[in-house]
Amino acid sequence: MTRAFEPASANSAVAHAGRPRRRRPDWLRHLMADRLGMFGLVLVALVVIGAVFADVLTSYDPIRMSPRDRFAAPGLDHLMGTDNLGRDLFTRVLHGGRIALTVAMAATAASLALGVSLGLVAGYGPRWLDNALILLFDALRSFPTVMLALALVTLIGPSLAAVILVVVLSGAPSYGRIVRTQVISLKRAEFVLAERSMGAGTARILFVHLLPNVIGPILILASMDIPVVITIEAGMSFLGLGVPPPTPSWGNILNDGFSFIRESIWPVIAGGVPIIVATLGFTFLGEALRDTFDPRIRKDM
Amino acid sequence: MASGPILEIDGLSVGYATMRGPMRALRDVSMTVPRGGMVGIVGESGCGKSTLMNAILGLMPANGRIAGGRILFDGRDLVGLDAATMRRLRGDRLSVVFQDPMTALNPVHTIGAQMVDIQYRLTGSRAAKRARAAAMLAKVRMPDPRHHLDQYAHEFSGGMRQRICIAMALMAEPDLLICDEPTTALDATLEVQMLDLLRDLQREIGCAVIFISHHLGLIAELCAQVVVMYAGQVVERGSVRDIFHRPAHPYTRRLLDCDPARIRERAEVLPTIPGDVPDLVELPPGCIFSPRCPVAEGRCHTTVPPDVAVADGHHARCLLARPGEGAA
Repeated sequence: MTRAFEPASANSAVAHAGRPRRRRPDWLRHLMADRLGMFGLVLVALVVIGAVFADVLTSYDPIRMSPRDRFAAPGLDHLMGTDNLGRDLFTRVLHGGRIALTVAMAATAASLALGVSLGLVAGYGPRWLDNALILLFDALRSFPTVMLALALVTLIGPSLAAVILVVVLSGAPSYGRIVRTQVISLKRAEFVLAERSMGAGTARILFVHLLPNVIGPILILASMDIPVVITIEAGMSFLGLGVPPPTPSWGNILNDGFSFIRESIWPVIAGGVPIIVATLGFTFLGEALRDTFDPRIRKDM
Repeated sequence: MASGPILEIDGLSVGYATMRGPMRALRDVSMTVPRGGMVGIVGESGCGKSTLMNAILGLMPANGRIAGGRILFDGRDLVGLDAATMRRLRGDRLSVVFQDPMTALNPVHTIGAQMVDIQYRLTGSRAAKRARAAAMLAKVRMPDPRHHLDQYAHEFSGGMRQRICIAMALMAEPDLLICDEPTTALDATLEVQMLDLLRDLQREIGCAVIFISHHLGLIAELCAQVVVMYAGQVVERGSVRDIFHRPAHPYTRRLLDCDPARIRERAEVLPTIPGDVPDLVELPPGCIFSPRCPVAEGRCHTTVPPDVAVADGHHARCLLARPGEGAA
């Protein structure tokens, strides 16, 4: 035991204490301790792995019809059964996961980029620009998402791009408002004045100094919006406003199954369960991330 | 190097547009900062010290406007200079140390990241910029600077943070450093350390310093020249010796009386200057200090006093001040 006090180990202990401690272990430990969050992570991992390795995991084609096999119950040949056109539901669910994740990632990234930039400009720019942007944000937010979707699809037709556009238009204003508010409270901070007195220009202040100060809570919020985006995509596809058939999307699978629910309940289950798994998984994971990184943001935000 | 003072402010007037009308925050302010010299600006809160600083830096708020006068920096008038040229001067030839080191550093970047970032005008590798940052931290007597570069602002004490701010302000070896009450937020024991540090660095770099404070003792300790401001005017300026030993303006005298360090007898109630700083939207007609002045005469309330030279380099804005009788 006394050996621990020998000079060599004492030195290394001092050196270790003097180093700034890296944060990684801290947050990781906190995240691991959140059981619901870990459960969410497992669900998300299932969905992601299924979507990424869809071609390896099944040998069926998601859109080739095989009328003889229609309405098969789950079994060894068809893990989740088949739909009204004899397509393997398991394959369609995995490929539907690709659509769901693509929309979730692309739309969230796009609404983040748009919302955060407009929010920075609104918060830091002149008053009239702030007023104009806030008016725009509020106008967009006042539309119910489904109404916005109906209007847009009427204009540009159902497509993957239309789904993404609806999500961006309904999501970006929320990010914009939050970023704007935070920028307004920060732009009078002395460190911003100090930067300006050092000759920093507007772009440098916005992107090097203000953005890192406001982005944390926004990223957490965005991660919690992913399940919402997944349900918007599924909902629009179910209503025929989203990805047009025969492309497999969870909403399409649900819609096809819904029409033939008297023949077989398996297509409805195959379409519904992935939506539940994905939204629950992302919600649990998002909440765990939020609790880990920013305990100040409340659930109701 | 060109001769002449590094900064010469001549008849500067600044106004703010307010709901009640124009607020005349600075009126006919003149002062001179010699090359490599240290000038103290002293005055109560709201006397226009910060407005003066912002006017020099060209960082006026949107409702502020320079109504007249000149700010000659190294012979060039900064008033009306375009924003881009002004921006190039800031952080290169002019820089600032702010009052509160707790908020003057960005909380989300490490010290090293910020110190590397402010060198964006220089070319050179990141490693070279980091080395420069570490060298600058060593100059402000920060022990083990390389390792501190990876820490965040909140991991430092107030005194350490102010050292970091000073290091950042001096990074570009400016010609003029403005210190806006740099020790107000610090403990009294740290103030002395910070003064020594500033004085040593000023000698080493050879920059001129404007030291804004409401602490007369600090200014006497540090500066050669003093500018006394009251309600947007320079009421008296001169050498430290003149101001402290032969104050010509009643306001300066009252200010000296209120300095606890100069009170010799035991006093039940510490001396104060009765009354408040006047409203700068509706100015009193005569001398700005007349409502609070203990020696004001009838004409003081009606006539605006001119800037009188009571001695060589010693000016006071008082009707009762006479050339050669500074000790009145």
